[in-house]
Amino acid sequence: MEAFLHQVFGGLANGAVYASLALALVMIYRVTHFVNFAQGELALVSTYVASSLINAGVPYWVAFVATVALSFGMGVLVERVVIRPAMRAPPLSIVIVFIGLMVVLNSMAGWIFGYDTRSFPSPFPSEPLFGNHYLASHELGVIGVTLVMLALLYVFFRFTSLGLALRAVADNPESSRLVGIRVERMLALGWGLSAAVGAVAGMMIAPIVFLDPSMMGAVMLYAFAAALFGGIDSPGGAVLGGFTVGVLENLMGTYVVGTELKLTTALALIVGVLVFRPAGLFGQPAAARV
Amino acid sequence: MSLLSVQRLSAGYGHGDVLHEVAIEVAKGGVSVVLGANGAGKTTLLRAICGMVARRGSVLFDKRPVDRLPTEEIARLGVAHVPEGRGTFANLTTEENLRLGAYRHGRNQLEESYARVYQYFPRLAERRRQQAGTLSGGEQQMLAIARAVMSRPALILLDEPSFGLAPLIVEELYRIVRDINARERVGVLLVEQNAAIALDLADRVYLFEVGRVVLDGPPTQLRGDESLRRTYLGY
Repeated sequence: MEAFLHQVFGGLANGAVYASLALALVMIYRVTHFVNFAQGELALVSTYVASSLINAGVPYWVAFVATVALSFGMGVLVERVVIRPAMRAPPLSIVIVFIGLMVVLNSMAGWIFGYDTRSFPSPFPSEPLFGNHYLASHELGVIGVTLVMLALLYVFFRFTSLGLALRAVADNPESSRLVGIRVERMLALGWGLSAAVGAVAGMMIAPIVFLDPSMMGAVMLYAFAAALFGGIDSPGGAVLGGFTVGVLENLMGTYVVGTELKLTTALALIVGVLVFRPAGLFGQPAAARV
Repeated sequence: MSLLSVQRLSAGYGHGDVLHEVAIEVAKGGVSVVLGANGAGKTTLLRAICGMVARRGSVLFDKRPVDRLPTEEIARLGVAHVPEGRGTFANLTTEENLRLGAYRHGRNQLEESYARVYQYFPRLAERRRQQAGTLSGGEQQMLAIARAVMSRPALILLDEPSFGLAPLIVEELYRIVRDINARERVGVLLVEQNAAIALDLADRVYLFEVGRVVLDGPPTQLRGDESLRRTYLGY
């Protein structure tokens, strides 16, 4: 029982990271109707930036905030320079742009920061917090940081004019213009936000999986599975999907397929969702009038 | 004194023009009505005024040229376009839709604007927390017009508000539009196929045929011409 609970709680910690990245995917999907394949590599670059700052002696939380801000800027820049000019192209070309962006960012990260595996510090103490037996303090910290971030995002989208304007643009860009919303700015803001969310996820997962250019590969696979499971256009679904996938991954790895094969859980989930419930748990089924 | 003055306006969707050198005026606080059959270019006129299609020619709003401005900047100047198909934000609530109408004013006088709009449309007050996509057709049209009123505009562009609605609802809607026009002192450019009901509101009428203005005058002119009256009013 003890071991089982340990796996569940550990899964929630990883799940928090998947939830963040899945949410970032959903945020981009809602405004572009494309899956941002480069989401993980954006987070990778952010994590390297954080690592460089910390190695240069910047205190952890200062580096954390600076990285989130820089990542926001990076997201805005990517939207401006790469994505916006591409959005008028046919869909398949746009998918290629996203994949190209992923490859370029990954190669750049390796080229600039090197291919060695680095350790990445955790800001949380090494003793378990509150004397609990189930969660290392980093795992508890990851869950806490993620929940705070999700709460902030919820408040932003639900209660601020800017958040409402962003939702409006996701819902109906043409009508958004008709009420005077500067749609291009909102798109840039959406990209900035999702890059910032990804940066937090990267910094939270790096102490667990170590930092190297391939760090985000497996993580993103789980995040894609989470986003699809919850429904690619549903923010709440993505968060729930993230935590579900995290727990499922650990339980499957421990009790069913073994740790070597647990990545297949993500693939099985992706295929399963696409076959049996393409819209995901909370997504809106696509319907077209003919 | 013109609120909106459109001169030699041409527009199209990339396969030749749909609108050919059109001239339209809306007086301050006045109601101009554009009548015409399907495909006469009525919707394109409204879209061209708002910069939603490529256009050439001159559009003066409040003496200010707006024919080179993007859609969102024209909206910010006080032109509220209620588009064809209503353009509601289907996944947002009624009240969020209204709040977006007032977007150009921020939080400034938001509560007063809600109160004013709910006076015109009490039904929307009952539906304020409901997702806009689940409203009935008539309610969605009301919401679209209410959203326009929320922006406290100088000019409202209405694209066939009667489309697809039951006659009783249409009557109610037009009564409210007349009320809004009078009380808010807002100019209206109304595009309609339902000529009879639109004419009651108009102080100036334009008749469109395949993208050109073929008649421009007071409503009495249309009513006075027997063949036009038969064609457009059916009596």
